[in-house]
Parts: sequence; structure tokens; C-alpha cells
Amino acid sequence: MEVAGNEPPAQPEAAGAAPVLELRHAAKSFGAVRALIDGSVDLRAGEVHALLGENGAGKSTLVKILAGVHQPDSGTLKVNGADVTLPGPAAAKAAGIAVIYQEPTLFPDLTVAENMFVGRQPHRSASWIKGGRRIDRRAMLREAAAVFKRLGVPLDPARIARGLSIADQQVVEIGKALSLDARVIVMDEPTAALSAAEVERLFEVIRTLKSQGAAVLFISHRLEEVFAICQTVTVMRDGSHVLTSDLAGLTANDLVRAMVGRELAERPPHAAAVTTGEPVLIVERLTREGVFTDISLTVRSGEIVALAGLVGSGRSEVARAVFGIDRYDAGQVAVNGKQLKKASPTSAMAAGIGFVPEDRRQQGLVMDMSVQQNVALASLHDLEKGGLIRASAERAMASDWAARLKIKYGRLTDPVSMLSGGNQQKVVLAKWLGRKPSLLIVDEPTRGIDVGTKAEVHNLLAELAGSGVGILMISSELPEVLGVSDRILVMREGTLVAEFSHAVASEEAVMSAAMGQHDPVSEAVKHDERNDTQNGASR
Amino acid sequence: MRAAIVPSRQQQPERLRQSGLAERVFRIRESGILVVLVVFVAVTTGVQHRFLDVSNIQFVLVDTASFALLALGETMVVISRNVDLSVGSVVGLSAYLSASLFASHPGLPIPVVFLAGLGIGLACGIANGIMVAAGRVPSLVVTLATLYIIRGIDILVVGGNEVDANQLPNAFLDIPKDTVGGIPDIAIAVAVIIAAGAYYLRTYRSGRDLYAIGSNPDAARLAGLPVGRRVFTAFAVSGAIAGVAGVLWSAQYGTINSTAGTGYELQVVSAVVVGGVAIFGGSGSVTGAAIGALLLTTISSALYVLGISSFWDQAIWGLLLLVAIALDQTLTERLTSALRKRRTRHE
Repeated sequence: MEVAGNEPPAQPEAAGAAPVLELRHAAKSFGAVRALIDGSVDLRAGEVHALLGENGAGKSTLVKILAGVHQPDSGTLKVNGADVTLPGPAAAKAAGIAVIYQEPTLFPDLTVAENMFVGRQPHRSASWIKGGRRIDRRAMLREAAAVFKRLGVPLDPARIARGLSIADQQVVEIGKALSLDARVIVMDEPTAALSAAEVERLFEVIRTLKSQGAAVLFISHRLEEVFAICQTVTVMRDGSHVLTSDLAGLTANDLVRAMVGRELAERPPHAAAVTTGEPVLIVERLTREGVFTDISLTVRSGEIVALAGLVGSGRSEVARAVFGIDRYDAGQVAVNGKQLKKASPTSAMAAGIGFVPEDRRQQGLVMDMSVQQNVALASLHDLEKGGLIRASAERAMASDWAARLKIKYGRLTDPVSMLSGGNQQKVVLAKWLGRKPSLLIVDEPTRGIDVGTKAEVHNLLAELAGSGVGILMISSELPEVLGVSDRILVMREGTLVAEFSHAVASEEAVMSAAMGQHDPVSEAVKHDERNDTQNGASR
Repeated sequence: MRAAIVPSRQQQPERLRQSGLAERVFRIRESGILVVLVVFVAVTTGVQHRFLDVSNIQFVLVDTASFALLALGETMVVISRNVDLSVGSVVGLSAYLSASLFASHPGLPIPVVFLAGLGIGLACGIANGIMVAAGRVPSLVVTLATLYIIRGIDILVVGGNEVDANQLPNAFLDIPKDTVGGIPDIAIAVAVIIAAGAYYLRTYRSGRDLYAIGSNPDAARLAGLPVGRRVFTAFAVSGAIAGVAGVLWSAQYGTINSTAGTGYELQVVSAVVVGGVAIFGGSGSVTGAAIGALLLTTISSALYVLGISSFWDQAIWGLLLLVAIALDQTLTERLTSALRKRRTRHE
């Protein structure tokens, strides 16, 4: 999918002026993980520049380099034509770069004005202690009010920040950037948590910034927003720069193709011709206000169903609600025809659900406990006798599962933290398989796992399905989604928006649905879809 | 384009109401305990008129002085989302060392001894500060350790000895007794120091930084605030203040052995929390903490005057702590939801 070559950003012909900020070939690794391989971006005054890429494409790392939070291993950064290094957030600030994060980082106990001026509050000129920095509160309030006036947002500078909506918190951050005289404003998914009206108001503010000559880097997964507010675009994929261009003349499909971009021929093996049986999981109109709405889905025995979508689309939240970790406001969950109690993992487990959470270290395992204790953790009831856990039974169970899943370990009594990520994930799987679940929910089953073990986990899931277990898999990796699953449900902003069968799914179609693009192909597929479930796509 | 929401969102009068609300709630925190204090004094006096005798008031004020002083240092630490549990031990060490300084050098000027106490406390505070700020060890653990270590040093130095009043110069022992217009000198001095501390925390950048750090430590780092340096300073100041309080202790009690100041740290933390300083940092004031100290001392004195067992003393302190924390929680929640409602937009 070559939309453009791998060249560093070319000068878009529209903007003649020299860039305010130039980042070239920035690279950053965390241990063995290469988060950013070749990050390049140019920002110009009076221009809103979009930065696009899938989850894990390296956008956040690039942002944190610009924010001075991470220091690149290599690459150059120029601000106003001069080379700069940013050893910390304060240096980025001093260089005129302000970053607005998706979740703003305000001080809830301080006033709005103080939040804007923290660390650089205006002080009174006549100070009787040398170097004393007595804060001039009135000047601070006045300046803050002036900034909000400039932005056209009537926010009270004297109120404390606690209780501000995310949108207002962002306005405070933008105000901070303005009062800092920042020439470069980076917005990392500012619209992710905003309502439509709030987005429009943010756009007004961005237009104001633009007209006042700021250079804005705008990150969003919503392409319609990108087209609404941006003039130029940079696309990243797998840690590298893919494309920089004027937005005019590009279509949403061009951008999606540039983002997905990898060779589409290879798919992980798919255990073909599985015979699916009775539904093991039926979710009906499940709703949690503000998180997900009206989710209906069915997983049959022997079937692998993938729940795809962008991070934050509500995938994991649905899974957590099904397993009873989070409460939900409306709807029903039934396993093997039996309705589950709300918000009770115990009842979910009793009904035969296993849950492999997204965060293995925090939620899947007790890192300080031994391999065998972790494997046995969900089955303690079967292993106890007279209230005591029989160590021999625990050991037997653990060694049995370790052999079946080919877990590589030193001793069963070693702490599970000594195992590699892939083997840790197998321990989590073993823990649930020991309970012989009829439904297994796996959230990002191969995150942070090396390629070899990844394939093993995929095969294991296929085998499990073959033995009649229903599997609901959440994954951000499109090849995994497409390769492993029989059916793909796509979520976007808390609702199910599309469904594909294994046969017709493509990365572009899934991605387009996840990003809310009306892709003709996926529309067609949707109508084409088998009618064996009632969870049609509602858009 | 959707409808323009921008200009009509908020009107002027509402804005005024908002800031009024926030301010009121903060004033409530301090005036709340002031009300409790007044009621308590009124009730006690009703039962036992002796309670408002000049000598008893003086006694309470002197007792409060070093307590409130310690609360000042502790407040700075707690506001930054830390805690200093070593102050009791620092008081003990400084009390003994300063008193024995008089015992071995009888002619020593009193200010020199105060400076010595301050130095001892500062050294302890610096040790705490380095471990918390540079070593990134939770302050609860660090100061719990130094609580024992400093007490251990104290016991090693003191052994079975004690310094008693006739080894101390009369001028020194008179410090708690001297009054100006009936008000004890040290109460005045401490009030001035506390006023200065309150002013500093309100109006100086480094003071406000402590609030910011306690309110959201990650944001403080992202904002480029010198988090480590500020936290270090808070601990150093708290230590230095504890050192001075130790010298006051020896002047007040005259007899100092290795148990001086034992358990004092928890009383100080209680005073701070009762005084409306949020235990997880970010809000509260030195003035509130000082009133907290005054309230706790008043309660002890009242129970004594009323002839009630001092068991009740501790029980009531504990009860007050629970009430203060519950109140803090409720107020924060109320405030949050109130502020949120004010911002709800009609779209």
C-alpha cells in the first residue's frame, strides 16, 4: 500500500514559511521494545497538522519526546531553526512547546488561574526578601481572565479545578499554553473524551490559536475531525514515519490504507471448519451509561469471536462487565442459558466463564506468588480438603497444565515474575483452563509476547475452540483479529458498529469501521452477513 | 457547524456565586473547628468556672505553643502528600542535648542553645528529606524508621541519665512563664511564626508548589516543578522546627530523660488533621492546624479541670480525628458535586 514513499516530510508546497518545529528521525527504545524507530514531523505557524497511526504506531512516544518527558536515543529536533535538546518538561516549556494530554493533568485543589501559572506565578516587583517570589494573586487572576477572553471561553479563573469537565480542563491547559506564549501546541487525542458539542467548542479554540499563529499538532483517531480541522497530515506505522502531505486531495481511505499498510497476505493460521454448537454466551442490550450502549452479542460453543475497535472504544469494559468486575446499568448476560447476577465475578466463574485480563502483571497474576500457586488460584475450591489446600494436589495440577501448555519454568515454586511474558500469559491461561470453562474471555492475549509464543497462544486458542470452548477475544492487533477469529465484532465509541465473518474481513474494512468511516466494502459485508445472531450492526 | 455554544454558556452572576462557594467551603473548614472550640470552652466553663482562670488559660497557651509550632512543620509536610513521624523523637533528642549543653556549659547564652537545637533538628530533617526526595522512599516508611533510629540515638546518648531543673539557668526555665500583658511570650512568638508560615505558604511560589505537589504529584513533575527540592525543604523545615520545639520542651518541663517527646508525633499529626489539612495533601492551612493544636490541648485541660479520667482524653482525640476525616471526605464530595453542577451546560 504505497501511498507515499518513506521519505522524511517534504515541504508541502502550500506553506512557504520555515517550520517552527522540525523533528527528524527520532528513535526511542524502552529496553528491547522499539517504541519509535523513525519519527519525523514538521510543524508550521498557523497550521494544524494531524498525526495519525494505529495503536502502537509510536505517536505517544513522539508526543512525549516533544513534551520533554522522554529523551530520544537519536534524531534531531529544531525549534525556529535552532537545534534544541529537551532534557525535561521544563525545557520543552521554555522552548515554547506545550502539550495537552487526553486526560489533562491539573491540580484539583488549586484555582484555575493558579493551575495555569503554577511554577511561574506573576510576582510583585517590590519584594523585601531578595529573590523572594511573592505571588501577585490579582495579577494572576487578571492575566488568566485575559487569556480566557482571548480564547472566547468564559471560565472563572478563581474557582478551584476540582469538578471541571474534561473539556474545561483542556481549556485550562490550552490557556496555560497561551499564557506561556507557546508557539507549538501538541494535542494528544484531545477529543477522545469529549461530546460532539465540546469538540466543536474545542475546534473554535483551535481555530483561534491557528489564526493567532500557533503551530498545532493534532492527534485523533476520528478521521472526520482530522478533515474538519487540519491542513496537513503525517501518518506513522510501526514506529516509523510513513507519509506527510497536505490533506487536500487525500481521502479517508487513503489515510486508513497508509495507517494499516502492512502486507495483508499473511494471516496467522486459522483453524478452519470448526463446528460451532449451542450459544454459550448471550449478551443482550448491555449498557453502562457513558461507557457502552446496547451491546448484544452471542458466542457459540467452539467459536472464537473477536471484539475489535480502537483503544477506548469500550471493548475491555464490555468484557469486564460480562465477567462481573464492573457493574452495568441495563441489559442481561446469560451463560449456558443461565442469567448471571450483576457485578459478581464469583457468579460469572461459577457459571463457567474464565477471564484473562489485559494487564497480566497487575490483574492476571500475583507476581510474587509461585507458578504453581498462580495456576491453582482459581481452582482452590477443588484442591482443598477440610479447609486446607493440599500442596500435593496443587503441584500435580500445576505440573499437568505446565506440560500441556508447554510452559517453560525453572521450578514450580519459583515466583511467576521470573518467567518470560509469554510463559506468564500461559500461566494465566492455565489458571482458567484448570476450571474447565465453557467460555473464555481473553483481553489482548498476546500483548508484549514474542512472536514464537504468540503463535503458540493462537494455536492454543484454536485448540480450545476445537474442544468446544467459546472464546471472546479482544485484541488491538488486526492480524491477530483476522487470523484467529471466526467472527469479528467491531466497536466504536461504546457501540457495536459492524460485524464481519472470517471469510470476508479485511484489515481496511475493520479499521474503517473502528474509525467510523463509511467504507463501501464493509457496508456491503454487513448486509451480507450470516443471520445467525441478532447482534446486527447499528450505526 | 453546530450551534455556537460559546458565548451564552456562562453569565457573570453565576461566576461570582461560584468563587463565593469555593471560598465559603474553605472557610468552613477552619471556622468549623473554631466553633467546636468555642462550644467546648463554653460548656466546660459552665460546669467549672475555674476553667477560664487566667492561670489556666496561660497554661493552655503555653502547652499549645510548641504543639502548634510542630503542627506548622508537619502541615508543610502533609500538604505535599507526605508525613513526618519522626518529630517526637527529634523533640526528645533536641530536648536532652540542649539541656545537657546548659548542664556542661552553665554560662551559655540562651539563643545559642536554641540554635543548637535547631541545628540538631535540621540535621534530622535533612536526613529524612534526602531519603524521601532523592531516595524516592515513601515518607511513611522513612520517618517511621527515623522515629526509631533517632529515639535509639537518644537512648544511647542519655543512657539512664536525666537533666533536671536545677542544672538549668533560671532565665531559661522562665521562658514559658514570661508574659506580656498576661499572654505568655512564647505563645506570642509562636503566633508570629505561624502567621509568617501561613503567609509564606499562601503567597510564595515555593509555598504554593507544596500544595501543587500534594494535589497531583505527577502533574507537578510534568509542570516542571522542582518536586524533590520542595519536598526536601519541607522535611528540613519540619525537622528544624522540631529541634526548636525540643528546646522549648526542656524549658517547659525542666526534667529531661530519654522518654521526652515519646508519641508526640501522632498528637501532632492528629492536630494537623483535626485542623482541616487533608491527609493526602493539596489543601489545608497552617492556621487550621494551629487551631487544631489549640483545640486538642484545650480538651486535655478541660478534662483535667473537670476531674475526668485522662482515658477519655485519648478517646475524645480519636473521636475528633474520625469526625475531622469524615467531615473532610463529605466536604470534598459536596464541593466536587456542587462545582460540577455549576458547570453543567445546557446543550
